[in-house]
Amino acid sequence: MIVIVNYGVGNLGSIENMIKKAGAKAEISSDVKTIEYAEKLVLPGVGAFDNGMQHLTDSGLIPILTKKVIEEKTPLLGICLGMQLMGVKSEEGKLSGLGWIDAEAIKFRFEPGSKLKVPHMGWNRIYPKQNSYIFNDMYKEPRFYFVHGYYMKCNKVENVLAETHFGSDFSSAIIKDNIVGTQFHPEKSHKFGLKLMQNFIND
Amino acid sequence: MLKTRVIPCLLLKNAGLVKTFKFKDPKYLGDPINTVKIFNDSGVDELTFLDITATIENRRPNFQFLSQIASECFMPLGYGGAIKTFEDIEELLNIGIEKAIINSEAVEKPEFIKEAAEKFGSSTIVISIDVKKSLFGKYEVYTHSGKKATKLDPTEFAKKMEDHGAGELLLNSIDRDGMMKGYDLELLEKVSKAVTIPVIACGGAGNLNDFSEAVSKTHVSAVAAGSLFVFQGPHKAVLINFPTEEELEHIFDK
Repeated sequence: MIVIVNYGVGNLGSIENMIKKAGAKAEISSDVKTIEYAEKLVLPGVGAFDNGMQHLTDSGLIPILTKKVIEEKTPLLGICLGMQLMGVKSEEGKLSGLGWIDAEAIKFRFEPGSKLKVPHMGWNRIYPKQNSYIFNDMYKEPRFYFVHGYYMKCNKVENVLAETHFGSDFSSAIIKDNIVGTQFHPEKSHKFGLKLMQNFIND
Repeated sequence: MLKTRVIPCLLLKNAGLVKTFKFKDPKYLGDPINTVKIFNDSGVDELTFLDITATIENRRPNFQFLSQIASECFMPLGYGGAIKTFEDIEELLNIGIEKAIINSEAVEKPEFIKEAAEKFGSSTIVISIDVKKSLFGKYEVYTHSGKKATKLDPTEFAKKMEDHGAGELLLNSIDRDGMMKGYDLELLEKVSKAVTIPVIACGGAGNLNDFSEAVSKTHVSAVAAGSLFVFQGPHKAVLINFPTEEELEHIFDK
């Protein structure tokens, strides 16, 4: 069973819909026992960093998630803010992240008068930087749906799974052992997202 | 490179798909679920649904029906129509619709927008601004599906909504709705120049060149259309269609 972690932040329905479409069962849950028995985990999230971190802390789920992800190496997919929370910190907030990946969230900054608007919203290409099961049989010129004002900066190049260009190149997907994070929304990226989700499920 | 989003704007009335002309005379087109499946297969960038009678009939959004739509949608999805409470927005997020499009309530209770943006994040909150041009060329914001004048200037209102934390603006010309004779570029430029959040052009697109014109001549970030994606030919036969990726790349590259 795949468990979508419900800590009060995120667009859970669409993730559940996509996993179903990809041929697996998912349960949205904030229950420690349910998470304990999860075969795979999805950590969603939208909104501000501190708000997300606070909700995650208040949910009381951090100890069980840490046990599952760090000790038991349960595969985890973090999406958007769910990915950023796995880093060390964010320019958006004061709270510390989970610290599972050596990365931090940085604000997009452009010159005044730039044509580029923040948030980075819409469909953009991703360029895989390493071979991973997550891109198995991926369609050519993969593009995904993004909406975010902060991006992840990995301090270790081996954690950069894919890059995307917006002003400059940033890490649009990250990887470390059993952890994958995507800045984009696979659940909103039709055939590309479906393929990625199938890869996550079937690995 | 970030693609310019091209968004079918679909109107709902009693669980049927309709298309209006200057916000009037809704013509029945068919079953929305089938339509969604067609758009899914064509790899559409994003979909917007507006329930055009929810507010005037003073009822809540039809969540059960929206949930059916959302379960078939694997692209960004917005819904507008009688969104008035946090519970409404929460319900939308739960069923998989991540953009709440707010119109009448934004005019009547601007504080609601501020609170909703704080609670759900700006990217969840889209304000739709319906605009009519007077005989003297003055633009005015309307609510309640174009039935209620507000005396508000669209540019001022747009700036206020940006200040309140709205993440996006869906700017719709009532006069151009369903006419397929091109966008009101003057209106688009006035509003999109005044704000830094993305503005989606809506109302009047009749062919793909209207998209590229709006993007190149104004500061809009995305383009929406209704008729263009549901009608075909001079007699407006109903045919759900969406340009291919190559066609879209071609028009925006020019």
